Amino acid sequence: MNSATLLHHQQPHSYVGKRQPRVEDEALLRGLGRYADDLAVPPGTLHAAVVRSPHAHARIQRVVIEAALQIPGVRGVLTGEDVKRWAAPFPVGVRQPMEHWCLAVDKVRYVGEPVAVIIAEDRYLAEDALDAVEIEYDVLGVSIDPEMATNDDASVLHEAVGSNVVNDRYFNYGDADTAFEQAAHRLSLKVRYPRSACTPIECYVVLGQYDPAEGGYDVMANFQGPYAIHSVMARALQVPANRLRLRTPPDSGGSFGIKQGVFPYVVMMGLAARKVGAPVKWVEDRLEHLQGASSATNRVTTIEAAFASDGRVSALRFDQLDDCGAYLRAPEPATTYRMHGNLTGAYDIHHLQVRNRIVMTNKMPTGLNRGFGGPQVYFALERLMQRIAVTLDLDPLDVIRRNLVPTEAFPYRCAAGALLDSGDYRRGIELGVEQGGLEELRQRRESARREGRHYGIGYTVAVEPSISNMGYITMAQMPEERRRAGPKNGAVSTATISVDPLGSVSVHVSSTPQGQGHRTVAAQVVADVLGISLESIRVDVELDTGKDAWSIASGNYSSRFAGAVAGAVHNAALKIRARLDAIAAQQWQVSVEDIRFGEGRIYTADGVHATSFQRLAGATHWAPGTLPEGETGGLRETAFWTPAELTAPDDDERINSSLCYGFIFDYCGVELDSLTGRVTIDRYVTLHDAGRMLNPQLVDGQVRGAFAQAVGAALYEAFHYNEDGSFASGTLADYLIPTTVEVPDPTILHMETPSPFTPLGAKGVGEGNNMSTPVCIANAVADALGDAVEPGAIELPLTPSKVRMLMGIEEPPRPEGVAEESAQASTGGGSKLSASDSVEIPASPQHVFESILDPDTLKAMIPGCHSLELTGDNTYRADVTVGVGMIRARFDARVELTELEPPHSLRLSGAGKSGMGDAAGAAKIRFSEIEGGKTRLDYDYEVTVGGKIASVGGRMLSSASKMLIGQIFSRLSQRLSGSTSKGSLWQRLRALTGKRGGDQ
Amino acid sequence: MKPAAFDYYRPTTRREAIEQLVERGEDARIIAGGQSLMAVLNMRLSQPRVLIDISAVDELRYIERRDGYLAVGAATTQAELAEYAVLADEVPLLEQMLPWIGHFQTRNRGTVCGSIAHADPSAELPLCLATLGGEVVLETKRGKPRRVTGDDFFQGVLTTARRPHELITEVRFPLSKAGHRYRFQEVAMRHGDFAIVALAVDIGETEYRLGVGGVADRPVVRRIPRDVDLDDALNTLAWSLEAQDDIHASATYRRHLVREMGRRLMTEEIVQEETTDVRPAR
Repeated sequence: MNSATLLHHQQPHSYVGKRQPRVEDEALLRGLGRYADDLAVPPGTLHAAVVRSPHAHARIQRVVIEAALQIPGVRGVLTGEDVKRWAAPFPVGVRQPMEHWCLAVDKVRYVGEPVAVIIAEDRYLAEDALDAVEIEYDVLGVSIDPEMATNDDASVLHEAVGSNVVNDRYFNYGDADTAFEQAAHRLSLKVRYPRSACTPIECYVVLGQYDPAEGGYDVMANFQGPYAIHSVMARALQVPANRLRLRTPPDSGGSFGIKQGVFPYVVMMGLAARKVGAPVKWVEDRLEHLQGASSATNRVTTIEAAFASDGRVSALRFDQLDDCGAYLRAPEPATTYRMHGNLTGAYDIHHLQVRNRIVMTNKMPTGLNRGFGGPQVYFALERLMQRIAVTLDLDPLDVIRRNLVPTEAFPYRCAAGALLDSGDYRRGIELGVEQGGLEELRQRRESARREGRHYGIGYTVAVEPSISNMGYITMAQMPEERRRAGPKNGAVSTATISVDPLGSVSVHVSSTPQGQGHRTVAAQVVADVLGISLESIRVDVELDTGKDAWSIASGNYSSRFAGAVAGAVHNAALKIRARLDAIAAQQWQVSVEDIRFGEGRIYTADGVHATSFQRLAGATHWAPGTLPEGETGGLRETAFWTPAELTAPDDDERINSSLCYGFIFDYCGVELDSLTGRVTIDRYVTLHDAGRMLNPQLVDGQVRGAFAQAVGAALYEAFHYNEDGSFASGTLADYLIPTTVEVPDPTILHMETPSPFTPLGAKGVGEGNNMSTPVCIANAVADALGDAVEPGAIELPLTPSKVRMLMGIEEPPRPEGVAEESAQASTGGGSKLSASDSVEIPASPQHVFESILDPDTLKAMIPGCHSLELTGDNTYRADVTVGVGMIRARFDARVELTELEPPHSLRLSGAGKSGMGDAAGAAKIRFSEIEGGKTRLDYDYEVTVGGKIASVGGRMLSSASKMLIGQIFSRLSQRLSGSTSKGSLWQRLRALTGKRGGDQ
Repeated sequence: MKPAAFDYYRPTTRREAIEQLVERGEDARIIAGGQSLMAVLNMRLSQPRVLIDISAVDELRYIERRDGYLAVGAATTQAELAEYAVLADEVPLLEQMLPWIGHFQTRNRGTVCGSIAHADPSAELPLCLATLGGEVVLETKRGKPRRVTGDDFFQGVLTTARRPHELITEVRFPLSKAGHRYRFQEVAMRHGDFAIVALAVDIGETEYRLGVGGVADRPVVRRIPRDVDLDDALNTLAWSLEAQDDIHASATYRRHLVREMGRRLMTEEIVQEETTDVRPAR
């Protein structure tokens, strides 16, 4: 049914299509929201803290929990051993011998991976015990860069697979080889899309309970779906699905996809509850979230086009390398295949070749994230279209226009199988150009350039898929594997409506909204069908798998609400209405066609008969004996809806990966600051065709939200990993989310081409700007930078430093003598620091050398050394408090003196662990005699820092390490001379002697 | 992210605060606004046994003009200083710089002395103190208060000349000098972020005093005579800071900003750029 047919008996008073304020807002704005962490917990609930790996890749040798269990208030510790006993690994989306458990059982494969769970009487006590769990790791080499991870000599995460590439698929549609041979032009572009995530205010919350009588788990979690993952959780817990009751809270503090990733913790806290025989609650903190929740998939794409001299593209090749992190966590590799059917974007391109590889690296596993697969595809495709225009010296918009799917072609079958349901792309472009003021923007560019300013305009067109086909994920399998496993397809949505004895209406949807306003729109839809006021309807969006109607496609993802869920609500309302129609028709002896619903009444078109909705609906409860034959009484209807168009992948590997495809046309003008390189968005225009808009106010809200997150992805946000796999974006001062002052107000334009495939003609609109905006901004920056810049160097996020470097910095040389005496530090901005320095010591090399071998001197050299115990030949165990300002940690360290060449050189090394992370350092020390019988001591050192301190303190690590190393040698000198020696170096180091603090 | 257990004291007099500090020594941390310390405590990067909260010590909450200084007491918040009516006349550099410190919400709690005590190399207040040649006043149980100049006070990343039994009771910013002009400029990723480069300059008749924050391990101040080649002087300064690459900016970029932003600031090609600071509605 489309929009033309649904309204045949609708009243003039209509809620659908209106800018209706949200019914959710009052409670939220007054602080009355009921979020997961607010909900009452059962008496006796315990609290969990998760012990996490400080290493990116290591074998777990031993987990010792006895000391932790001795800490007052600690009730239990869940370890990998328990998990192996009670649970199973999560099912994986590709056929490979790789295991992912809710807690690491043999190896850790990313920093932040859960290794054990402390269960205590409160969270403070649980955290007190974190450091008391003693874990012995055998540290392994890491694979961080996705391309390097594919090399034969790369460190392999899952040994049984034998390679980090766990899936490699090739697709060929049409005849791309011939098209490439015959094309006048070919152009290839390699781009990298970084890791980022849409970051909600509310992190994960789980309350796990275990019922030993039934052997069942009952878990409340702010899980957002898809509920296909309920099966994944039930299998991991080794229970039938009806023994895993999963409930969600009434309100959400945001998700944008990432709350899908709570599922391993659902299993973990269920098992934790089982371990201690009490309910266990866990609230994820921000550091846990940033390092371990989930992220979008980073991708390396090589894209190539065959095209004619007018810019018309005949064929495309995609080579996509997707980095899913340490584990392929359900529903991955869905990121890779979500866009598969519509890889050709808004363009009419018949020939397509695709190679998709999935690679594992020592980074947090990826998962749902607003835009899911779209930003990565469009960044490659739309950057390439811009390059084609530049290469041919054409207007980019003309190149776009020439390639669009023609209006008369809808519904249009794309090369890889997407069935573009409806659209008028050419009209969209014209509307956007006119209403958004492109001409003015071009003039602004011209006048800016005349003044020597760096101004650029970028364009993007995109199709925004919504309502995912649950079958697209099976594209990772070979056709014969799919045949063996049986078809997977569709997207079942559900809605239940009941009318109670007093005639008020309750609606339940299994869409687990995360702030979008589903309650408002569902009420709008029901109010229109039943002719009642919005206020008389209550919409319940909590989902309880033990009681509510749900299916695998339930949940909040792929922008499925407006098209699929609101459609199911509509269908359920029509079922209610049909029953009331029949009751009224029988009572009044009129035809069903004459019955009208409106303003809370049910009446005949001729006005002869009328009654209140409440009275007629109430009769189903109060007077079932008066009802027509066949009417069973009671009034509750559930509608399930799945679209016929979402079929399983065919043998030619074509897949209609989504049901609806909205259209987006974006353009923007940006200016680059010549001093700072900062990108300022002068104007951003975004046109959307999302089919029929059910509530334009909410549509605008979705556009604004997606746009803000896209500005973050374009200019600010990236998860940064150091070469050793340590995580460097552990705070919101490192992972930078744009705030309201960084996000300009976009010009939002709409057109409506209803979808013929959804009950209300609506399409999804929640993710479009996440897909279109990052590349639109990148294209504008590319335009501003001009041709001199290597196209592949335009990488997100386009930070001031990166952009200014691309603009070119002609640096005058280092003046002679400057910083010659200083340490020459070289870092990659990471956790591995190396530098050199020197000191003069008023004693002979022989004396200095021997002193270092003396344990008392060694102890005195090490700042904060409480004890030093000889454990072997020149090997010690040390108890050391390391402090920089207010930051302080106690390390259990091993100190070693090796490579002894008296009195010329030796190597001093140390490695230790503490509650805030691990550190290792080594210094090669050379002794040379200088005038006056003194010693010049030169040292080259290298320091590696991992764990929490690397995640949150990266900004200061280099300076801090340098200071601490400097202290070692200044203390040596002080001990040997009893005073400080002269020299400018000492003036610097003078500061480092004696006691101080930096904290107040 | 919950702190380890600690004892909490909330003295109401300076004497009481100092006595508690002397008694608990290295086990104790002073807390005022908590804008840096609370995060560190919650991440358990510091686990002091005692917190001494000086925010209720009213006698340390003052802004006073005396002896050529603007003296700011240890309990005074950054917001209170920003609202000091004649700040633009008395210490114009502070007036220009304050909106760059965090956000108005953090300035409502964060104290002037607390920021200086913390000695973050990217922080604005230490930069201003060092550039203007101000002083930190440290007091302990016995003896006269110790006065340390900004240059000597900041000794490295998060490291200062404060001794464990000393309380910073006051900082003193020199009043603006006749004929001098003061300029501040900063580049950060977003408004309120840690500075990638922050520059403060006191433009005198014969010399500049230029302070650089965010690059070295502490604010670095150079006196540059007005008759030298500015480009050379700035290039020398830029290289001497041993800038490092980090996840937000390259060392080359930082040196570029020291040179180019420094020149424009000192020659007053750019005056105070408008910040995107959001201020509370009055």
